[in-house]
Amino acid sequence: MQRYIVKRLFQGLLLLVIVSTIVFAVGRLTGNPVDLLLPEEASEEERQAMIEALGLDGPILEQFVVFITGAVQGDLGVSIRYRQPAVDVFFSRLPNTLMLMPGVMLLAIVMAIPLGVLSALRRGRLTDRISGTIAVLGIATPNFWLGILLIYLFSVQLGWLPSSRMGDWSHFVLPTVTLGTFLVAGFMRLIRSSMLDILDSEFVKLARIKGLSEMKVVWKHCLRNALIPVLTLWGVFMGALVTGTIVTETVYAWPGVGRLTYEAVIFRDYPLLQAVVIMDAVLILVINLVVDILYAYVDPRIRFT
Amino acid sequence: MRKLPWVSILIIGGMVFAAIFAPYLTPHSPIEQTLPDKLLPPFWEATGSTKYILGTDIFGRDVLTRLLYGARVSLIVTALSLLVGGGVGLTIGIASGYIGGRLDSLLMRLVDAAFTFPAILFALLLAVTMGQGLDTLVVAIGLLLWAGFARIIRGEVLALKQRDFVALAKVHGCSELRIMVTHILPNVMNTFMVLVTLNVGAVIVAEASLSFLGAGIPPPTPSWGLMVAEGRGKISSAWWLSLLPGIAITMVVLTFNLFGDWLRDRLDPKLRQL
Repeated sequence: MQRYIVKRLFQGLLLLVIVSTIVFAVGRLTGNPVDLLLPEEASEEERQAMIEALGLDGPILEQFVVFITGAVQGDLGVSIRYRQPAVDVFFSRLPNTLMLMPGVMLLAIVMAIPLGVLSALRRGRLTDRISGTIAVLGIATPNFWLGILLIYLFSVQLGWLPSSRMGDWSHFVLPTVTLGTFLVAGFMRLIRSSMLDILDSEFVKLARIKGLSEMKVVWKHCLRNALIPVLTLWGVFMGALVTGTIVTETVYAWPGVGRLTYEAVIFRDYPLLQAVVIMDAVLILVINLVVDILYAYVDPRIRFT
Repeated sequence: MRKLPWVSILIIGGMVFAAIFAPYLTPHSPIEQTLPDKLLPPFWEATGSTKYILGTDIFGRDVLTRLLYGARVSLIVTALSLLVGGGVGLTIGIASGYIGGRLDSLLMRLVDAAFTFPAILFALLLAVTMGQGLDTLVVAIGLLLWAGFARIIRGEVLALKQRDFVALAKVHGCSELRIMVTHILPNVMNTFMVLVTLNVGAVIVAEASLSFLGAGIPPPTPSWGLMVAEGRGKISSAWWLSLLPGIAITMVVLTFNLFGDWLRDRLDPKLRQL
Protein backbone atom coordinates (compact mmCIF):
# COMPACT_ATOMS: atom_id res chain seq x y z
CA MET A 1 0.00 0.00 0.00
CA GLN A 2 2.80 2.40 0.86
CA ARG A 3 4.59 1.62 -2.36
CA TYR A 4 1.38 2.32 -4.23
CA ILE A 5 0.96 5.72 -2.57
CA VAL A 6 4.57 6.66 -3.27
CA LYS A 7 4.18 5.62 -6.89
CA ARG A 8 1.02 7.70 -7.26
CA LEU A 9 2.63 10.67 -5.56
CA PHE A 10 5.54 10.43 -7.94
CA GLN A 11 3.20 10.31 -10.97
CA GLY A 12 1.36 13.35 -9.64
CA LEU A 13 4.56 15.33 -9.21
CA LEU A 14 5.52 14.40 -12.75
CA LEU A 15 2.24 15.91 -13.98
CA LEU A 16 2.96 19.06 -12.02
CA VAL A 17 6.44 19.32 -13.55
CA ILE A 18 5.01 18.83 -17.07
CA VAL A 19 2.32 21.45 -16.49
CA SER A 20 4.71 24.05 -15.10
CA THR A 21 7.25 23.40 -17.84
CA ILE A 22 4.57 23.95 -20.47
CA VAL A 23 3.33 27.10 -18.73
CA PHE A 24 6.90 28.37 -18.58
CA ALA A 25 7.62 27.48 -22.21
CA VAL A 26 4.37 28.99 -23.50
CA GLY A 27 5.17 32.24 -21.66
CA ARG A 28 8.61 32.54 -23.29
CA LEU A 29 7.65 31.32 -26.74
CA THR A 30 6.02 34.50 -27.83
CA GLY A 31 8.74 37.08 -27.54
CA ASN A 32 9.28 39.08 -24.40
CA PRO A 33 7.50 37.69 -21.33
CA VAL A 34 7.73 41.11 -19.69
CA ASP A 35 4.99 42.25 -22.05
CA LEU A 36 2.79 39.43 -20.76
CA LEU A 37 3.63 39.83 -17.11
CA LEU A 38 3.36 43.58 -16.71
CA PRO A 39 0.45 45.91 -17.42
CA GLU A 40 0.79 47.92 -20.63
CA GLU A 41 1.30 51.20 -18.83
CA ALA A 42 4.25 49.87 -16.77
CA SER A 43 7.22 52.21 -16.56
CA GLU A 44 10.67 51.47 -17.98
CA GLU A 45 11.99 51.05 -14.41
CA GLU A 46 9.38 48.43 -13.58
CA ARG A 47 10.30 46.59 -16.74
CA GLN A 48 13.99 46.65 -15.87
CA ALA A 49 13.24 45.49 -12.32
CA MET A 50 11.25 42.53 -13.64
CA ILE A 51 13.92 41.61 -16.19
CA GLU A 52 16.42 41.45 -13.34
CA ALA A 53 14.11 39.62 -10.94
CA LEU A 54 13.36 36.90 -13.48
CA GLY A 55 16.89 36.87 -14.91
CA LEU A 56 15.45 37.45 -18.37
CA ASP A 57 18.82 38.50 -19.71
CA GLY A 58 20.35 35.25 -18.45
CA PRO A 59 20.24 31.77 -19.99
CA ILE A 60 16.86 30.06 -20.34
CA LEU A 61 17.72 27.34 -17.83
CA GLU A 62 18.44 29.91 -15.17
CA GLN A 63 15.11 31.59 -15.88
CA PHE A 64 13.40 28.24 -15.46
CA VAL A 65 15.07 27.73 -12.09
CA VAL A 66 13.90 31.20 -10.96
CA PHE A 67 10.36 30.39 -12.13
CA ILE A 68 10.22 27.00 -10.40
CA THR A 69 11.76 28.32 -7.17
CA GLY A 70 9.12 31.05 -7.09
CA ALA A 71 6.34 28.58 -7.90
CA VAL A 72 7.35 26.20 -5.13
CA GLN A 73 7.24 29.07 -2.65
CA GLY A 74 3.77 30.00 -3.85
CA ASP A 75 4.92 33.03 -5.84
CA LEU A 76 3.35 32.93 -9.29
CA GLY A 77 3.46 36.62 -10.05
CA VAL A 78 1.15 39.55 -9.49
CA SER A 79 -2.23 39.76 -11.17
CA ILE A 80 -2.37 42.70 -13.58
CA ARG A 81 -6.05 43.33 -13.01
CA TYR A 82 -6.27 42.85 -9.25
CA ARG A 83 -2.79 44.17 -8.40
CA GLN A 84 -2.22 41.51 -5.77
CA PRO A 85 -0.42 38.17 -5.78
CA ALA A 86 -2.19 35.89 -8.28
CA VAL A 87 -2.19 32.95 -5.87
CA ASP A 88 -4.03 35.04 -3.25
CA VAL A 89 -6.68 35.99 -5.80
CA PHE A 90 -7.09 32.33 -6.68
CA PHE A 91 -7.63 31.31 -3.04
CA SER A 92 -10.06 34.15 -2.40
CA ARG A 93 -12.30 32.76 -5.16
CA LEU A 94 -11.86 29.06 -4.48
CA PRO A 95 -14.47 28.75 -1.67
CA ASN A 96 -17.20 30.05 -3.99
CA THR A 97 -16.47 27.29 -6.49
CA LEU A 98 -16.24 24.62 -3.79
CA MET A 99 -19.64 25.70 -2.47
CA LEU A 100 -21.18 24.59 -5.75
CA MET A 101 -19.67 21.13 -5.68
CA PRO A 102 -21.78 19.26 -3.08
CA GLY A 103 -24.97 20.09 -4.99
CA VAL A 104 -23.45 19.15 -8.32
CA MET A 105 -22.17 15.83 -7.01
CA LEU A 106 -25.45 15.08 -5.32
CA LEU A 107 -27.40 15.83 -8.47
CA ALA A 108 -25.06 13.74 -10.61
CA ILE A 109 -25.34 10.79 -8.24
CA VAL A 110 -29.09 11.04 -7.66
CA MET A 111 -29.79 11.18 -11.38
CA ALA A 112 -27.06 9.03 -12.88
CA ILE A 113 -27.18 5.98 -10.63
CA PRO A 114 -30.91 5.15 -10.82
CA LEU A 115 -31.10 5.98 -14.52
CA GLY A 116 -27.97 4.02 -15.34
CA VAL A 117 -29.07 0.98 -13.35
CA LEU A 118 -32.63 1.02 -14.66
CA SER A 119 -31.59 1.30 -18.28
CA ALA A 120 -29.20 -1.62 -17.85
CA LEU A 121 -31.99 -3.70 -16.30
CA ARG A 122 -34.45 -2.82 -19.05
CA ARG A 123 -32.03 -2.87 -21.88
CA GLY A 124 -33.64 -1.89 -25.18
CA ARG A 125 -36.98 -1.06 -23.56
CA LEU A 126 -38.63 2.32 -23.16
CA THR A 127 -36.71 3.38 -20.00
CA ASP A 128 -33.44 2.58 -21.71
CA ARG A 129 -34.42 4.50 -24.83
CA ILE A 130 -35.49 7.56 -22.86
CA SER A 131 -32.34 7.64 -20.76
CA GLY A 132 -30.29 6.97 -23.88
CA THR A 133 -31.88 9.97 -25.57
CA ILE A 134 -31.23 12.16 -22.53
CA ALA A 135 -27.60 11.06 -22.55
CA VAL A 136 -27.13 11.68 -26.27
CA LEU A 137 -28.76 15.11 -25.99
CA GLY A 138 -26.80 15.91 -22.84
CA ILE A 139 -23.53 15.15 -24.59
CA ALA A 140 -24.44 17.16 -27.69
CA THR A 141 -25.67 20.28 -25.87
CA PRO A 142 -22.85 22.70 -25.13
CA ASN A 143 -22.76 23.53 -21.45
CA PHE A 144 -22.69 27.31 -21.95
CA TRP A 145 -25.73 27.23 -24.16
CA LEU A 146 -27.67 25.02 -21.76
CA GLY A 147 -26.95 27.66 -19.11
CA ILE A 148 -28.34 30.44 -21.28
CA LEU A 149 -31.36 28.34 -22.23
CA LEU A 150 -32.13 27.75 -18.53
CA ILE A 151 -31.76 31.47 -17.83
CA TYR A 152 -34.18 32.19 -20.67
CA LEU A 153 -36.73 29.68 -19.42
CA PHE A 154 -36.54 30.13 -15.64
CA SER A 155 -35.40 33.73 -15.23
CA VAL A 156 -36.69 35.60 -18.25
CA GLN A 157 -39.89 33.73 -19.10
CA LEU A 158 -41.04 32.33 -15.77
CA GLY A 159 -39.18 34.69 -13.46
CA TRP A 160 -38.71 31.96 -10.86
CA LEU A 161 -34.96 32.01 -10.38
CA PRO A 162 -32.21 34.64 -10.45
CA SER A 163 -29.98 34.54 -13.50
CA SER A 164 -26.63 35.55 -12.06
CA ARG A 165 -24.29 36.17 -9.14
CA MET A 166 -24.28 34.64 -5.69
CA GLY A 167 -26.97 35.02 -3.07
CA ASP A 168 -29.45 32.85 -1.18
CA TRP A 169 -30.23 29.25 -2.14
CA SER A 170 -32.15 30.21 -5.27
CA HIS A 171 -28.91 31.45 -6.86
CA PHE A 172 -27.46 27.97 -6.56
CA VAL A 173 -30.19 26.17 -8.51
CA LEU A 174 -29.37 27.03 -12.12
CA PRO A 175 -25.55 26.72 -11.91
CA THR A 176 -25.91 23.39 -10.09
CA VAL A 177 -28.33 22.02 -12.68
CA THR A 178 -26.16 23.21 -15.58
CA LEU A 179 -22.97 21.74 -14.21
CA GLY A 180 -24.73 18.59 -12.98
CA THR A 181 -26.33 17.85 -16.36
CA PHE A 182 -22.91 18.09 -17.90
CA LEU A 183 -21.72 15.21 -15.73
CA VAL A 184 -24.90 13.12 -15.61
CA ALA A 185 -24.85 12.04 -19.25
CA GLY A 186 -21.36 10.55 -19.06
CA PHE A 187 -21.88 9.04 -15.61
CA MET A 188 -25.14 7.42 -16.60
CA ARG A 189 -23.79 5.70 -19.71
CA LEU A 190 -20.78 4.46 -17.80
CA ILE A 191 -22.90 2.96 -15.03
CA ARG A 192 -25.18 1.39 -17.61
CA SER A 193 -22.38 -0.33 -19.49
CA SER A 194 -20.61 -1.59 -16.39
CA MET A 195 -23.93 -2.80 -14.95
CA LEU A 196 -24.52 -4.74 -18.16
CA ASP A 197 -21.15 -6.46 -17.78
CA ILE A 198 -21.74 -7.30 -14.16
CA LEU A 199 -25.30 -8.57 -14.53
CA ASP A 200 -23.76 -11.29 -16.70
CA SER A 201 -21.13 -12.43 -14.23
CA GLU A 202 -21.00 -15.62 -12.18
CA PHE A 203 -21.35 -14.14 -8.73
CA VAL A 204 -24.61 -12.51 -9.71
CA LYS A 205 -25.95 -15.87 -10.86
CA LEU A 206 -24.81 -17.32 -7.55
CA ALA A 207 -26.55 -14.59 -5.60
CA ARG A 208 -29.76 -15.31 -7.51
CA ILE A 209 -29.45 -19.07 -6.99
CA LYS A 210 -28.97 -18.44 -3.28
CA GLY A 211 -32.43 -16.92 -3.44
CA LEU A 212 -31.52 -13.34 -2.64
CA SER A 213 -34.18 -10.83 -3.52
CA GLU A 214 -33.76 -9.09 -6.84
CA MET A 215 -33.51 -5.77 -4.98
CA LYS A 216 -30.49 -6.99 -3.05
CA VAL A 217 -28.83 -8.54 -6.07
CA VAL A 218 -29.12 -5.43 -8.17
CA TRP A 219 -28.65 -2.59 -5.73
CA LYS A 220 -26.11 -4.22 -3.48
CA HIS A 221 -24.11 -6.87 -5.27
CA CYS A 222 -24.16 -5.39 -8.75
CA LEU A 223 -24.13 -1.68 -8.11
CA ARG A 224 -21.13 -1.82 -5.78
CA ASN A 225 -19.07 -3.47 -8.45
CA ALA A 226 -20.46 -1.32 -11.21
CA LEU A 227 -19.22 1.79 -9.45
CA ILE A 228 -15.58 0.72 -9.72
CA PRO A 229 -15.14 1.95 -13.33
CA VAL A 230 -16.66 5.26 -12.25
CA LEU A 231 -13.82 5.63 -9.77
CA THR A 232 -11.30 4.56 -12.41
CA LEU A 233 -12.45 7.29 -14.74
CA TRP A 234 -12.58 9.81 -11.91
CA GLY A 235 -9.58 11.69 -13.30
CA VAL A 236 -11.36 12.23 -16.61
CA PHE A 237 -14.45 13.50 -14.80
CA MET A 238 -12.32 15.91 -12.79
CA GLY A 239 -11.02 17.37 -16.02
CA ALA A 240 -14.55 17.70 -17.36
CA LEU A 241 -15.63 19.32 -14.12
CA VAL A 242 -12.93 21.99 -14.36
CA THR A 243 -13.91 22.74 -17.96
CA GLY A 244 -17.59 22.81 -17.02
CA THR A 245 -16.91 25.12 -14.09
CA ILE A 246 -15.17 27.70 -16.27
CA VAL A 247 -18.09 27.82 -18.70
CA THR A 248 -20.89 27.60 -16.14
CA GLU A 249 -19.47 30.24 -13.81
CA THR A 250 -18.97 32.52 -16.80
CA VAL A 251 -22.60 32.16 -17.84
CA TYR A 252 -23.96 32.84 -14.34
CA ALA A 253 -21.35 35.45 -13.35
CA TRP A 254 -20.55 33.20 -10.38
CA PRO A 255 -17.53 34.68 -8.57
CA GLY A 256 -15.50 31.46 -8.39
CA VAL A 257 -12.31 30.12 -9.88
CA GLY A 258 -13.94 29.34 -13.23
CA ARG A 259 -15.13 32.89 -13.71
CA LEU A 260 -11.67 34.05 -12.62
CA THR A 261 -10.14 31.96 -15.42
CA TYR A 262 -12.44 33.62 -17.93
CA GLU A 263 -11.59 37.10 -16.60
CA ALA A 264 -7.90 36.32 -16.86
CA VAL A 265 -8.42 35.44 -20.55
CA ILE A 266 -10.62 38.42 -21.36
CA PHE A 267 -8.35 40.95 -19.63
CA ARG A 268 -5.21 39.25 -20.95
CA ASP A 269 -4.02 38.90 -17.35
CA TYR A 270 -1.25 36.40 -18.01
CA PRO A 271 0.19 36.13 -14.47
CA LEU A 272 -3.28 35.37 -13.12
CA LEU A 273 -4.00 32.78 -15.81
CA GLN A 274 -0.64 31.14 -15.22
CA ALA A 275 -1.39 30.93 -11.51
CA VAL A 276 -4.88 29.52 -12.13
CA VAL A 277 -3.51 26.83 -14.46
CA ILE A 278 -0.83 25.72 -12.03
CA MET A 279 -3.09 25.87 -8.98
CA ASP A 280 -5.74 23.87 -10.84
CA ALA A 281 -3.07 21.27 -11.58
CA VAL A 282 -2.17 21.13 -7.88
CA LEU A 283 -5.83 20.77 -6.88
CA ILE A 284 -6.50 18.05 -9.45
CA LEU A 285 -3.39 16.25 -8.31
CA VAL A 286 -4.34 16.30 -4.64
CA ILE A 287 -7.93 15.23 -5.24
CA ASN A 288 -6.91 12.46 -7.63
CA LEU A 289 -4.36 11.22 -5.13
CA VAL A 290 -6.98 11.02 -2.40
CA VAL A 291 -9.40 9.23 -4.74
CA ASP A 292 -6.68 6.82 -5.87
CA ILE A 293 -5.82 5.93 -2.30
CA LEU A 294 -9.48 5.41 -1.41
CA TYR A 295 -9.84 3.34 -4.53
CA ALA A 296 -6.93 1.10 -3.63
CA TYR A 297 -8.45 0.76 -0.20
CA VAL A 298 -11.83 -0.26 -1.58
CA ASP A 299 -10.52 -2.59 -4.26
CA PRO A 300 -7.51 -4.69 -3.16
CA ARG A 301 -6.83 -5.76 -6.75
CA ILE A 302 -5.49 -2.27 -7.46
CA ARG A 303 -2.80 -2.09 -4.83
CA PHE A 304 -1.11 -5.30 -5.90
CA THR A 305 -0.72 -4.53 -9.58
CA MET B 1 -25.65 -3.98 -40.69
CA ARG B 2 -27.93 -1.07 -40.02
CA LYS B 3 -29.19 0.85 -43.00
CA LEU B 4 -27.67 4.17 -43.95
CA PRO B 5 -28.44 6.98 -41.48
CA TRP B 6 -30.16 9.21 -44.00
CA VAL B 7 -31.20 11.93 -41.57
CA SER B 8 -27.62 12.38 -40.39
CA ILE B 9 -26.30 12.37 -43.94
CA LEU B 10 -28.85 15.00 -44.97
CA ILE B 11 -28.04 17.33 -42.08
CA ILE B 12 -24.28 16.95 -42.49
CA GLY B 13 -24.64 17.42 -46.26
CA GLY B 14 -26.74 20.53 -45.63
CA MET B 15 -24.10 21.97 -43.33
CA VAL B 16 -21.30 21.34 -45.81
CA PHE B 17 -23.44 22.85 -48.58
CA ALA B 18 -24.12 25.94 -46.45
CA ALA B 19 -20.45 26.26 -45.61
CA ILE B 20 -19.34 26.11 -49.24
CA PHE B 21 -22.10 28.14 -50.88
CA ALA B 22 -22.86 30.61 -48.08
CA PRO B 23 -22.21 33.71 -50.27
CA TYR B 24 -24.74 32.49 -52.88
CA LEU B 25 -27.41 31.49 -50.40
CA THR B 26 -27.95 34.88 -48.85
CA PRO B 27 -28.10 38.47 -50.09
CA HIS B 28 -26.70 39.86 -46.81
CA SER B 29 -23.14 40.24 -45.61
CA PRO B 30 -22.13 38.43 -42.39
CA ILE B 31 -19.95 41.36 -41.27
CA GLU B 32 -21.30 44.63 -42.64
CA GLN B 33 -23.49 46.50 -40.21
CA THR B 34 -26.94 47.90 -41.01
CA LEU B 35 -27.63 49.82 -37.82
CA PRO B 36 -31.18 51.03 -38.72
CA ASP B 37 -32.28 47.36 -38.89
CA LYS B 38 -30.76 46.29 -35.57
CA LEU B 39 -32.38 43.78 -33.21
CA LEU B 40 -35.24 42.75 -35.51
CA PRO B 41 -36.88 39.49 -34.36
CA PRO B 42 -37.41 36.45 -36.64
CA PHE B 43 -40.13 36.82 -39.27
CA TRP B 44 -42.83 34.94 -37.36
CA GLU B 45 -42.86 37.49 -34.55
CA ALA B 46 -45.09 40.56 -34.90
CA THR B 47 -42.34 43.06 -35.61
CA GLY B 48 -40.23 40.70 -37.71
CA SER B 49 -39.76 40.96 -41.44
CA THR B 50 -39.18 38.36 -44.14
CA LYS B 51 -36.15 40.33 -45.25
CA TYR B 52 -34.34 38.93 -42.21
CA ILE B 53 -35.80 35.44 -41.74
CA LEU B 54 -34.13 34.75 -38.40
CA GLY B 55 -33.84 38.37 -37.28
CA THR B 56 -30.84 40.63 -36.83
CA ASP B 57 -28.25 41.24 -34.11
CA ILE B 58 -27.23 44.42 -32.28
CA PHE B 59 -25.37 45.66 -35.36
CA GLY B 60 -28.23 44.87 -37.74
CA ARG B 61 -26.48 41.86 -39.23
CA ASP B 62 -28.69 39.05 -40.50
CA VAL B 63 -28.61 36.12 -38.05
CA LEU B 64 -29.29 33.47 -40.71
CA THR B 65 -26.41 34.76 -42.82
CA ARG B 66 -24.09 34.64 -39.86
CA LEU B 67 -25.25 31.11 -39.07
CA LEU B 68 -24.46 30.00 -42.62
CA TYR B 69 -21.02 31.58 -42.57
CA GLY B 70 -20.54 30.22 -39.04
CA ALA B 71 -20.93 26.69 -40.45
CA ARG B 72 -17.92 27.47 -42.60
CA VAL B 73 -15.79 28.54 -39.61
CA SER B 74 -16.92 25.52 -37.64
CA LEU B 75 -16.04 23.07 -40.42
CA ILE B 76 -12.67 24.61 -41.24
CA VAL B 77 -11.61 24.62 -37.59
CA THR B 78 -12.90 21.07 -37.12
CA ALA B 79 -11.14 19.70 -40.19
CA LEU B 80 -7.81 21.36 -39.43
CA SER B 81 -7.72 20.48 -35.76
CA LEU B 82 -8.68 16.87 -36.41
CA LEU B 83 -5.90 16.74 -38.99
CA VAL B 84 -3.36 18.18 -36.55
CA GLY B 85 -4.50 16.55 -33.30
CA GLY B 86 -5.45 13.25 -34.95
CA GLY B 87 -2.24 13.20 -36.97
CA VAL B 88 -0.06 13.75 -33.92
CA GLY B 89 -2.03 11.13 -31.99
CA LEU B 90 -1.73 8.65 -34.86
CA THR B 91 2.03 9.14 -35.14
CA ILE B 92 2.59 8.86 -31.40
CA GLY B 93 0.27 5.86 -31.14
CA ILE B 94 2.11 3.94 -33.87
CA ALA B 95 5.57 4.87 -32.62
CA SER B 96 4.70 4.11 -29.02
CA GLY B 97 3.04 0.79 -29.77
CA TYR B 98 5.52 -0.46 -32.35
CA ILE B 99 8.81 0.68 -30.86
CA GLY B 100 7.73 0.00 -27.27
CA GLY B 101 10.21 0.04 -24.40
CA ARG B 102 11.18 3.28 -22.75
CA LEU B 103 9.72 5.45 -25.47
CA ASP B 104 6.39 3.72 -24.95
CA SER B 105 6.35 4.22 -21.19
CA LEU B 106 7.40 7.85 -21.54
CA LEU B 107 4.75 8.61 -24.16
CA MET B 108 2.04 6.82 -22.24
CA ARG B 109 2.91 8.82 -19.12
CA LEU B 110 2.37 11.94 -21.20
CA VAL B 111 -0.95 10.57 -22.41
CA ASP B 112 -2.01 9.89 -18.81
CA ALA B 113 -1.00 13.41 -17.86
CA ALA B 114 -2.97 14.81 -20.78
CA PHE B 115 -6.04 12.89 -19.63
CA THR B 116 -5.90 14.18 -16.07
CA PHE B 117 -5.19 17.77 -16.95
CA PRO B 118 -7.97 19.68 -18.73
CA ALA B 119 -6.59 20.76 -22.10
CA ILE B 120 -8.93 23.74 -22.17
CA LEU B 121 -6.62 25.51 -19.71
CA PHE B 122 -3.69 25.21 -22.12
CA ALA B 123 -5.94 26.37 -24.90
CA LEU B 124 -6.81 29.51 -22.94
CA LEU B 125 -3.14 30.04 -22.10
CA LEU B 126 -2.25 29.85 -25.78
CA ALA B 127 -5.01 32.29 -26.68
CA VAL B 128 -3.54 34.86 -24.29
CA THR B 129 0.10 34.42 -25.34
CA MET B 130 -0.27 33.80 -29.08
CA GLY B 131 -3.35 35.97 -29.54
CA GLN B 132 -6.68 34.81 -30.90
CA GLY B 133 -6.76 33.31 -34.36
CA LEU B 134 -7.25 30.22 -36.47
CA ASP B 135 -3.74 28.89 -35.81
CA THR B 136 -4.06 29.22 -32.03
CA LEU B 137 -7.45 27.57 -32.09
CA VAL B 138 -6.23 24.63 -34.18
CA VAL B 139 -3.23 24.03 -31.92
CA ALA B 140 -5.41 24.37 -28.83
CA ILE B 141 -8.02 21.88 -30.01
CA GLY B 142 -5.26 19.60 -31.30
CA LEU B 143 -3.99 19.49 -27.70
CA LEU B 144 -7.41 18.36 -26.66
CA LEU B 145 -7.43 15.46 -29.09
CA TRP B 146 -4.05 13.81 -29.49
CA ALA B 147 -4.02 11.76 -26.30
CA GLY B 148 -7.26 9.91 -27.02
CA PHE B 149 -6.08 9.01 -30.50
CA ALA B 150 -2.64 7.95 -29.30
CA ARG B 151 -3.98 5.62 -26.61
CA ILE B 152 -6.41 3.75 -28.84
CA ILE B 153 -4.11 3.51 -31.87
CA ARG B 154 -1.33 2.22 -29.62
CA GLY B 155 -3.61 -0.56 -28.42
CA GLU B 156 -4.35 -1.57 -32.00
CA VAL B 157 -0.68 -1.50 -32.93
CA LEU B 158 0.26 -3.73 -29.99
CA ALA B 159 -2.04 -6.41 -31.41
CA LEU B 160 -0.95 -5.89 -35.02
CA LYS B 161 2.71 -6.16 -34.09
CA GLN B 162 2.24 -9.83 -33.19
CA ARG B 163 0.74 -10.75 -36.55
CA ASP B 164 2.55 -12.89 -39.09
CA PHE B 165 2.68 -10.28 -41.81
CA VAL B 166 4.82 -8.05 -39.63
CA ALA B 167 7.21 -10.90 -38.88
CA LEU B 168 7.31 -11.68 -42.60
CA ALA B 169 8.15 -8.08 -43.44
CA LYS B 170 10.98 -8.21 -40.91
CA VAL B 171 12.34 -11.40 -42.49
CA HIS B 172 12.23 -9.65 -45.84
CA GLY B 173 14.51 -7.02 -44.39
CA CYS B 174 12.11 -4.11 -44.20
CA SER B 175 13.32 -1.26 -42.03
CA GLU B 176 11.36 -0.46 -38.88
CA LEU B 177 10.17 2.81 -40.38
CA ARG B 178 8.99 1.07 -43.52
CA ILE B 179 7.07 -1.51 -41.49
CA MET B 180 5.38 1.25 -39.51
CA VAL B 181 4.42 3.25 -42.58
CA THR B 182 3.51 0.60 -45.13
CA HIS B 183 2.35 -2.30 -42.96
CA ILE B 184 1.03 -0.92 -39.69
CA LEU B 185 -0.42 2.41 -40.81
CA PRO B 186 -2.89 1.08 -43.42
CA ASN B 187 -4.19 -1.38 -40.85
CA VAL B 188 -5.06 1.27 -38.29
CA MET B 189 -6.68 3.61 -40.82
CA ASN B 190 -10.14 2.14 -40.18
CA THR B 191 -9.88 2.83 -36.48
CA PHE B 192 -8.44 6.26 -37.22
CA MET B 193 -11.37 7.21 -39.45
CA VAL B 194 -13.84 6.03 -36.82
CA LEU B 195 -12.06 8.06 -34.16
CA VAL B 196 -12.09 11.12 -36.42
CA THR B 197 -15.84 10.85 -36.94
CA LEU B 198 -16.55 10.16 -33.29
CA ASN B 199 -14.58 13.28 -32.33
CA VAL B 200 -16.17 15.76 -34.75
CA GLY B 201 -18.94 16.59 -32.29
CA ALA B 202 -16.52 17.13 -29.42
CA VAL B 203 -14.39 19.41 -31.58
CA ILE B 204 -17.35 21.53 -32.63
CA VAL B 205 -18.33 21.95 -28.97
CA ALA B 206 -14.71 22.76 -28.05
CA GLU B 207 -14.51 25.39 -30.79
CA ALA B 208 -17.79 26.92 -29.70
CA SER B 209 -16.77 26.88 -26.02
CA LEU B 210 -13.42 28.54 -26.71
CA SER B 211 -15.09 31.17 -28.89
CA PHE B 212 -17.65 31.70 -26.15
CA LEU B 213 -14.83 32.28 -23.64
CA GLY B 214 -13.21 34.84 -25.90
CA ALA B 215 -10.38 32.54 -26.94
CA GLY B 216 -11.56 31.46 -30.39
CA ILE B 217 -11.78 33.12 -33.79
CA PRO B 218 -11.82 36.88 -33.10
CA PRO B 219 -14.90 38.94 -34.03
CA PRO B 220 -16.39 40.04 -36.37
CA THR B 221 -15.93 36.67 -38.13
CA PRO B 222 -19.12 34.74 -37.34
CA SER B 223 -18.61 31.68 -35.17
CA TRP B 224 -21.52 29.93 -33.49
CA GLY B 225 -19.92 30.02 -30.05
CA LEU B 226 -19.16 33.71 -30.42
CA MET B 227 -22.74 34.40 -31.54
CA VAL B 228 -24.06 32.73 -28.38
CA ALA B 229 -21.66 34.84 -26.30
CA GLU B 230 -22.65 38.06 -28.05
CA GLY B 231 -26.34 37.37 -27.58
CA ARG B 232 -25.98 36.45 -23.93
CA GLY B 233 -26.41 39.96 -22.56
CA LYS B 234 -29.55 40.45 -24.66
CA ILE B 235 -31.26 37.24 -23.61
CA SER B 236 -34.23 39.00 -22.01
CA SER B 237 -35.02 41.21 -25.02
CA ALA B 238 -33.61 39.33 -28.02
CA TRP B 239 -33.71 35.59 -27.34
CA TRP B 240 -32.96 34.63 -30.94
CA LEU B 241 -29.40 35.97 -30.77
CA SER B 242 -28.04 33.27 -28.49
CA LEU B 243 -30.69 30.56 -28.64
CA LEU B 244 -30.59 30.03 -32.43
CA PRO B 245 -26.83 29.46 -32.79
CA GLY B 246 -27.04 27.11 -29.81
CA ILE B 247 -29.70 25.09 -31.57
CA ALA B 248 -27.44 24.92 -34.63
CA ILE B 249 -24.53 23.65 -32.52
CA THR B 250 -26.61 21.06 -30.68
CA MET B 251 -28.24 19.77 -33.86
CA VAL B 252 -24.98 19.44 -35.77
CA VAL B 253 -23.12 17.85 -32.87
CA LEU B 254 -25.96 15.40 -32.27
CA THR B 255 -25.96 14.48 -35.94
CA PHE B 256 -22.22 13.95 -36.13
CA ASN B 257 -22.31 11.84 -32.96
CA LEU B 258 -25.06 9.61 -34.34
CA PHE B 259 -23.22 9.31 -37.64
CA GLY B 260 -20.01 8.46 -35.78
CA ASP B 261 -21.80 5.72 -33.84
CA TRP B 262 -23.12 4.28 -37.06
CA LEU B 263 -19.71 4.34 -38.74
CA ARG B 264 -18.11 2.72 -35.70
CA ASP B 265 -20.60 -0.15 -35.73
CA ARG B 266 -19.99 -0.52 -39.43
CA LEU B 267 -16.20 -0.35 -39.57
CA ASP B 268 -14.87 -1.15 -36.15
CA PRO B 269 -17.33 -2.69 -33.69
CA LYS B 270 -14.48 -3.36 -31.25
CA LEU B 271 -14.53 0.31 -30.31
CA ARG B 272 -18.07 -0.13 -28.97
CA GLN B 273 -16.76 -0.19 -25.42
CA LEU B 274 -15.54 3.39 -25.58
